[in-house]
Amino acid sequence: MKILLRNPRREIEMSGPCTVASLLQRLELNPESVLVIVGDELVTRDARLEDSANVEIRPVISGGSQ
Amino acid sequence: MKCRVCRGPAVIDIKRHNAGFCRDHFLVHCREQVRRAIHDHKMVEPGDRIVVAVSGGKDSLALWDLLVGLEYDVDGLYLGLGIGEYSGESVQFARDYASGRGLKLHEVDLHDDLGFTVPDAAAVTHRSPCGACGLSKRHVFNTFARDHGYDVVATGHNLDDEAAVLLGNVLRWETGYLGRQYPVLPSAPGFVRKVKPLVRLGEREMAAYCVLQGIDYQVEECPMAEGNRHLGYKEVLNALEERSPGSKASFLFGFLERAHAQFATVAVEEREGLSACIECGSPTTGEVCAFCRLRERASGASLGERQ
Repeated sequence: MKILLRNPRREIEMSGPCTVASLLQRLELNPESVLVIVGDELVTRDARLEDSANVEIRPVISGGSQ
Repeated sequence: MKCRVCRGPAVIDIKRHNAGFCRDHFLVHCREQVRRAIHDHKMVEPGDRIVVAVSGGKDSLALWDLLVGLEYDVDGLYLGLGIGEYSGESVQFARDYASGRGLKLHEVDLHDDLGFTVPDAAAVTHRSPCGACGLSKRHVFNTFARDHGYDVVATGHNLDDEAAVLLGNVLRWETGYLGRQYPVLPSAPGFVRKVKPLVRLGEREMAAYCVLQGIDYQVEECPMAEGNRHLGYKEVLNALEERSPGSKASFLFGFLERAHAQFATVAVEEREGLSACIECGSPTTGEVCAFCRLRERASGASLGERQ
């Protein structure tokens, strides 16, 4: 699987298939802090990711001024 | 996972609701949460003109989209902060959203219109750039709305933002800030009403809303926010949320329902002691407001740097 990560933007390769939940666990990411997008589609934690999938893991936390 | 409403395939799961939603029902869920926040807190009155504080990020663009969808009279206001490439990109997201939908976007630029940038202000004050940024935003959004006949300033603060701010305020027992932390701040002499219609929606929901509505937004984080205290609070709260879904909502709404009133009088007393800034007329505790003091120091530094 090709995995696009942000902040900073970078791409990594990981082996599949696996579920979204297990991928996030392998990457030590809190599911509450990201969206997972496959192609153009949002997917849920139980979705299965094939080895050929292009996956974007998009952070949703923004900080800064109040 | 299936959609809670139609049992079709879900595209997003929200653990605190123990629910998944398909695209269409998720969009309905977001609209309903905003409608309910506006109704419960009496944020908008019939005939009100609203200006949304737009940054080019997910929350403010989603808020604008939701308010337009709910048929409010709403324009956008973008404030250029002068943070290099980041600001250059963020304004483009705001412009593209507005022009693509035929909406009115006002623009104010800290450098061109007020003589300094957020990096200038951070350099002269030796304090966090987020402090100067927040002060500038609060001042400019309020004065712009006041001077251009808007009744309400709407900001994209979401449930995560508010829970993180609450945690910070509680850790320091900032009683004045706790008194002012509410989804609606009523208008007062010199102050336009300020509302936070996204208070019932988490930031993961706002990012999902933009993806599902086809709203392009600035994903990259502000380079000056790195190490920001609120980001740390959000990480802590998200770790709690993962173990115990619903923690953030019960923390925030428990405060609003059961504790806020204990601090509200402090905020009222603070507002009653304000007078008009001799420079700009904004309410302040001293002769010159904090923004005008910051502007004077930072614009001097900015000018010095250019000479």
